Order: sequence, then C-alpha cells, then structure tokens
Amino acid sequence: MLRLEGVRIVQGEFALAADLAVARGARVAVIGPSGAGKSTLLAAVAGFVPLAAGRVTWEGRDLAPLAPGARPVSILFQDNNLFPHLTVAENVGLGLRPDLRLSRAERARIEAALARVGLGGMGARRPGALSGGEQGRAALARVLLRARPLLLLDEPFAALGPALKADMLALVEAIVAEAGTTLLMVTHDPRDAAAIAPETILVAEGRAEAPRPTGTLLADPPPALRRYLG
Amino acid sequence: MDAACPRPAARPPAPALAAAAVVAALTLGPLAAVAVVAGGAGAPGPADWAALRFTILQAALSAGLSVALAVPLARALARRRFPGRRALITLLGAPFLLPTVVAALGILAVFGRRGLVNEGLAALGLPAVQIYGLQGVVVAHVFLNLPLATRLLLLGWLAIPAERFRLAAALGFRPADIARHLERPVLRAVLPGAAATVFLICLSSFTVALILGGGPRATTLELAIYQAFRFDFDLPRAAALALAQLGLCAAALAAAARVALPAAFGPGLDRVAGWQAADSPGARAGDAAVIALGAAFLLAPLGAVVAAGLPRLAGLPPEVWRAAARSLVVALAAAGLTVTLALALAVGAARGAGHLALAGALPLAVSPLVLGTGLFLLVFPLADPSGWALPATALVNALMALPFAVRALEPAARAAEADFGRLADSLGMTGRARLRLLTLPRLARPLAFAAGLSAALSAGDLGVVTLFAGTGGATLPLEVFRLMGAYRMTDAAAAALLLLALSLALFWALDRGGRGRAAA
Repeated sequence: MLRLEGVRIVQGEFALAADLAVARGARVAVIGPSGAGKSTLLAAVAGFVPLAAGRVTWEGRDLAPLAPGARPVSILFQDNNLFPHLTVAENVGLGLRPDLRLSRAERARIEAALARVGLGGMGARRPGALSGGEQGRAALARVLLRARPLLLLDEPFAALGPALKADMLALVEAIVAEAGTTLLMVTHDPRDAAAIAPETILVAEGRAEAPRPTGTLLADPPPALRRYLG
Repeated sequence: MDAACPRPAARPPAPALAAAAVVAALTLGPLAAVAVVAGGAGAPGPADWAALRFTILQAALSAGLSVALAVPLARALARRRFPGRRALITLLGAPFLLPTVVAALGILAVFGRRGLVNEGLAALGLPAVQIYGLQGVVVAHVFLNLPLATRLLLLGWLAIPAERFRLAAALGFRPADIARHLERPVLRAVLPGAAATVFLICLSSFTVALILGGGPRATTLELAIYQAFRFDFDLPRAAALALAQLGLCAAALAAAARVALPAAFGPGLDRVAGWQAADSPGARAGDAAVIALGAAFLLAPLGAVVAAGLPRLAGLPPEVWRAAARSLVVALAAAGLTVTLALALAVGAARGAGHLALAGALPLAVSPLVLGTGLFLLVFPLADPSGWALPATALVNALMALPFAVRALEPAARAAEADFGRLADSLGMTGRARLRLLTLPRLARPLAFAAGLSAALSAGDLGVVTLFAGTGGATLPLEVFRLMGAYRMTDAAAAALLLLALSLALFWALDRGGRGRAAA
C-alpha cells in the first residue's frame, strides 16, 4: 500500500496537497489540467521533490530517508529515459547494477528482457539509432529488470502515435500484471486512463484527490475535470 | 538548480570542496607571502598610473576586437564543411597555445620593420606601418586570443542539438529567424564569458608588452612588476603593483560573473549535426571569405617562425632535446592536475555549489609572475628552489589553465546534470559509477579540450621556471630563452619550432582523443 499522509508540496507560488492511499497492485491513472502538479506528485513519490509537510509510505515504511535510487520505485520521465552515450544493453543493465559490472548471467537476463519487449538482438545499438517506440521498449526492459514494486510513468509515451502508444500501454499492462507491480501513470488523455487504469487520481486546484473508479469518474466528472475535458 | 528540481543533498560534493580548498590555498598562500615579504611601499607615481591606464585600454581593445572577429568566424566554421576544416579547427588552438615569445616573434616577422607587410607596402611605394606600441600589443593579443574566442563560441554553437536545426528547417526559418531563435541565445550565453576571458588574459599581458610595447606609453602593470623585480629589486613597489593588478583583475572578474548566463538548451541525441539553413550563394561566399581571411591572419606568423627554424631543426644540440623531454613531463603533470580540479569544481557547480566554481576563476586574478614569486618565497627557506623548478612550473601552469578548463567543463556538466541527473538518481548511480557512466562520457569533449589546453600552455610557459631553475634542468622555453640570450638565433628559432611542435602535438593528441570519444 502506497500512502500519502497529509502531504504538502510547496515550490514558490505553486502548492499541492495530497492525502490518499493506493492499494498494492492497483493500476491508477493520474489526470488533470497541465500545471496542476501531476508530475510533481510522481516526483515527490520518487524522491525528487522535498515535502513541506506530511509523509509518503510504502507498506508502512516512511520513504523520506531513502535516496531516489533506494526507493521501491521505477520511474520513466517524459524524455531522457536512456543515456545516449551507452548502448541499449548497457542502459537496460543499469536496472540490474548501477555500476554496470555485469556477470555473464546478468548479461543473459538483459538479453532475455530485451527479447521480452521485442528488442531481441538490438542490445548493441545506441538509443539514437532506435525509433521512439523502440526507445520506450528499452526503458520498459530496464523497468522489468529493476523489478521494483512501484512503477511511475510520467507520460513517457506522450510523443508516440495512437497505435504505438496503445502497444506500449498493452506492454506496460502485461509487465505490471506479471509482477503484481503497482502502477501510477500520468496522462492527459482520458482514453489512456480508461484503457488500462481501473482507478484514477484527479489532480486539480492544488489537490490530488483519492483514487476513484475511472469509469464513474469519467461518466460523471466533477467540475474541475469537466472544465479540463471540455 | 532551479526550484523545480532541488536535490535532496544540498551540501556541496566533497571533491568540489576539496578542489576549491586546494586552489584557494595554492593561490592565496603565495600571494600572502608576497604581501608579507614586501612590506610598505611608497605612493604610486605617474608612471604607475600610466601603466594602469594602458593595461585597461589595451585589454579592452584586444577583447572587443577578438570577440567581434570571432562571431563571423565561428559561425562560418560551424555551418560549413570543407576540406581541411578539421585541421583548421585544431590549428585554432595553436596561436593561443603558441609560446608567447614565439608568437611575438611571428608577429614581428609579419608586421615588423622588415616584415612581410612592410615589404609589400614598400614594393607598392607606400609608407611603412609602425608595429611597436599600442597597435602592436593589440594585434598580438588578437592574434593570440581570436582563436580562443572562436573555439569558445564554436563549442556553444555545436551544443545546439541538430534536432533544433531540423525543426528550424521544417518551420521554414530564414537565416534571420535562425539567428534570433537559435544563434542569439547561444551568443548571449557564450559571448560575455568569452570577452571577459580575453580581457582578463590581456590584463595580465607580460611577454607581448615586453617585446612589442615598453617605454612610458606602452607598459602594462605586469611589465612594471617585472621591471621593479628584475632591474631595481624594489620588492615593496613590485608588491604594490601586484596588488593593483590583483584589484583590477578581481573587479573585472566580479563584472564577468554578472554577465555570464547559462544557455537553456535541451538535450539532443548524439547525432551528427546537420545544417540545412543559410545555403544561399551570398552566405556561402561570405563564409568562405571569413574563413580565408581568418586562416591567413592566424597562419602567416606561424609560417614565418617555421620558415626560420626548420632548416636547423635536425642539428639541434642534445641539451635542447633533454629540455624537451622535461617540458613533456611538466605538461602531462599539469594537465592531469588541471583536469582533476576542474572536473571536481564543474560537477560541484552543476550540483548546486556554483559559488565553489568561482575558486576555479581565482588564478585569473593572480599573474603567473606573482604566483611564482610567492611560491619561491615559500620554498626558499625550506629547500633549494632549483630542485623545485619542474614541480613549481607544473603547479603554476595547472592553476593558470584551470579557469579555462572550468569554463569549458561547466556548461557540459550542468547540461549532463539537468538532462540526466534525475535518471541517474532514480537508478541509484552514485560515486564512481556515476562518474564513469554519466559524467565522463557526457564531458569527454570539453575534458579533452581542457587537458590539451593545460598541457600545451604548460609546455610553452616561460615565467615561473626562470625564477626557480639553476644553471641546468631547463625546460624547452627556458632553453630557447637562453639560446636567444647567447645570440645563437638560428638555434633559438629551431628550438622555438620544436617547442611549437611539442605544444601542438600535446594539444592535438589530447583534444582529438576526446572528440573521437564524443562522436561515438
């Protein structure tokens, strides 16, 4: 269970409050107008943004003392999810060992993870030689190997076309289902939420609301969401 | 970092703190020694005020001209591919890396009384131009610093991701639009820093003023310090002049810190840069003319030195070759020290300890002559200074190259942190792993440039070593100086050519290594 208890984030004029819980293994969309703080909410869970008040816990454990890399979290950003100077296999291998001193068995696991996301045999390439969809798959292969219980997606597939994005979301769904991973996924598209997230957190007007069933939320949106959806 | 991504660890990284402390101790310690030993000096006379005025005037003219000429040259080099471009860019490192004595001799060979220019004017029946004085000092400074300014601008230009130019082409940008949206932000970020750098270098001009200036109308503070030290052995006056020099450089540094703003460009994937814009015949011809003129101005003095020294090169005495070997060792030691300190400071600045990076600029405020004198005073009571000639030379030269190294590394370090810092944090990449897998690969190009710069500067420096060296153990520049003093001018020219070759080879080998790595 992920809990945000009395959390308050303040950055200059911007402020966001969150008091909510996400069940283990849940798949939750985070939706709301731009600038409302969707990314900031994820950054706070990942450990990139200090809390002005409150605490974030996973399975009852306060995450505050943990550096971002030590948290039970994998995160994919909007861009720069791969180091351009490392090969695809090295980028994926960082999920196993941040110093890349990899054993033969670990190299085999990397190759298997690449094959699992449809990039078999492409480990020696550099990210610049991959398409946008392939870069997303490589980042997901690293998520597979990191095997953290919490996956945060900050719109890493926003630049992809609808069909490719649907493929990616299907792959995400399969990956989190296999390991029972808890998913928090920022999106600006209610169809993404409807596609793979049974629950949705609405972030608007300085608050992150508790998760609600996506279907009922979209069928009868509160005023803030209605203004955003138009 | 901005408010959007404060780092959990706000403390400055330990390596940056250590590097700043080392630099501060090595810079301020010798200065304190000079001040203590000097004691009280009399009130400044008219000659001292004249030296102060001349120092500022020649530095301002040199900086303005160098940067104004560097803008068209850097743009032409950034957007044109032509045979020899790579060689020309490597050569852009040459005049700045050229030992200053050799550079001044080259300027004399072209613009001097019997130089190429005056011979041409005489053949046309025109009056000769006079090189000695303000004009000579400024011409030599532009010759020495135009390439540095061009390279600083070029690094900024190449930092614009190819994607931006593709986007510009897709949006149908005309050259004016590209200038406004892509080039001007880079220039705004890089130009003030480049101009300030040249100004600060020229504030400490010594050898150029010694050879092309001099006299009451064209004496810099540095030259006045040297004269007070060497001719009158008037240490209080030398110290007073040194303090004036220090105040001048500190004021200029403070002003430079205000104007230097980082560029807000995002990352691009490491593809080869492609230029589709500015392909009109007029733009092509203009760029070609700019490149040709720039190359001629920079190559003619070098060519004159090569022509004078080449015939004698094979017949140089063995002592010259031994001196060359000593200079090589000094150069590599200095380069290693510079790069280590600069990397620690630049990464520290990128992680929020920007004030520590100012330590990297500290040596700019202290001239090599003053620093060397202070080190001599510190070493003298403890050991025979002649045994410390090579370490002291390496140390002072490492410090002198540090400001340029930090300036070259800091933008790349900030970009690496801004673009990939969170990713590395989220993957738990810390310490050595982060250095090896993120910092060094992303900074390979400026690191190599910094190493090459430091090595070549150190190999060619004549200054500190003259204070320390005994009768033997000379470095190559000192050997050149001694040959000149013995009126063995052919040997001196040939040794100077060897020195030039050594400096260029060091820079070429190190800088090229980094460029190959960055392209991978």
